[in-house]
Amino acid sequence: MGLDFSVVPKFMDVILLGGLWTVAITVCAALLSFFGGIFFAVVALYAPAVIRLPMRAFEWVFMGTPLLLQLFLIYFGLVQVGIDLPAFVAGVIGLGLHFAVYNSELIQTAIVAVDKGQMEAARTLGLSRGQALRKVVVPQAVRDVIPPIGNNMIALLKDSALVSVIGVSELTLSAQLAIGRTYRPFEFYLVAAVVYYIINLGMEYVLRKIERRIALAR
Amino acid sequence: MNDKTPFLDIRHARKSYGSLEVIKDISLTVDRGEIVAIIGPSGSGKSTFLRAINDLDPLTGGEVWLEGTQVNKKLPHRQYEKHINQVRQDIGMVFQHFNLFPHLSVRGNITLAPKMLKGLSDADANKLAEEQLDRVGMLDRIDFMPSQLSGGQKQRVAIARALAMKPKVMLFDEATSALDPELVEEVNQVMKKLASEHMTMIIVTHEMGFAESVCDRVLFMDQGVVVEEGPPSVIFRNPESERTRNFLRKHLEGVRS
Repeated sequence: MGLDFSVVPKFMDVILLGGLWTVAITVCAALLSFFGGIFFAVVALYAPAVIRLPMRAFEWVFMGTPLLLQLFLIYFGLVQVGIDLPAFVAGVIGLGLHFAVYNSELIQTAIVAVDKGQMEAARTLGLSRGQALRKVVVPQAVRDVIPPIGNNMIALLKDSALVSVIGVSELTLSAQLAIGRTYRPFEFYLVAAVVYYIINLGMEYVLRKIERRIALAR
Repeated sequence: MNDKTPFLDIRHARKSYGSLEVIKDISLTVDRGEIVAIIGPSGSGKSTFLRAINDLDPLTGGEVWLEGTQVNKKLPHRQYEKHINQVRQDIGMVFQHFNLFPHLSVRGNITLAPKMLKGLSDADANKLAEEQLDRVGMLDRIDFMPSQLSGGQKQRVAIARALAMKPKVMLFDEATSALDPELVEEVNQVMKKLASEHMTMIIVTHEMGFAESVCDRVLFMDQGVVVEEGPPSVIFRNPESERTRNFLRKHLEGVRS
């Protein structure tokens, strides 16, 4: 029994819709992980211990446990305490916070690496520490870590397949749906893999554009 | 403020790191429009002293007053931050390594603080940037990024950035020490121009020739104390102290060799 792709066109709309959901969840989670990462980094470096220490415990949970388990906790677990999130939102929060913690590590290192003369120059002009961080230090730190953050975002795209288990009808779940109807796993998983790859190429293209724009500002 | 209140008044400044005293009871008053140079060997505490004036390196003892306002007032943290951010707007500072913001254009470097702190509109901030850049001869570079400028040009932009806050006094912390020799002169020219406009300036420098030609008064510092102070003609031509003489001799040898 060989491969038979003749059934694929009939389910292409399902697959492509799934692809769109994958793009949607990746973009939303990427934005959350980016701004969340900046927030966590600034908290980790500058907040008083009362805020910093609980935050660090929270980060350990996100770094030290499987993403799959985190998604289960957010989607199924939180219902028990009365927080009933739609699957898409739960997926975005799980993926976003998971990668925010990784981004935060990168951004913290970069903030510390910004020359301390930058903070001094800003403070000398009369900016508060918060203003100097926001306008001078953090923008430079973020600029320095855009390439490694980009790598994290590619990982995020791939890990977005995990949200299929909480019922977000993204690309992987859509492929499974088509397989359920046709009993053609090899074909549809291959098609899904190709679509993932295409999305990946698109993402890399956008990231390279961003990197080039940033390189000009050096 | 009456006429007897000094413009800038530093009283019994002290600073120590643990048991190491880097500034040992220095007092200094500066008149409006006066230009003071601070010279001395590295490690003498001159930069630390300069950086204490705007509280970048807080003193452990003593007081700094600017036009009747105490700069290093003892206040609860939050109030102090508010107070110092206000006072620092009046004290411009120029650093050895320029410290331009590399992610912002020349224009952005200059307009950032006036827009944030004085609420200037984009148009007003642009006009201000153009005026100040013109003053340092850098108007044609307004849309350049700092990385596209030479060291001397960067320092001139840094001076314009400080001037844009309309400071009452300018502090120069070895402003030309990191520059290639051929770029020193353009920065010196700008500082001379400010001197001719009667800007009050305190200049930490290794350039004795510049200090002699521009400054009204010279302080020679060594090991955390002011060893000798006076008009440049006396300090450079006829110093009283043995330590001053030794320093100047060594320094001249260093320059010649």
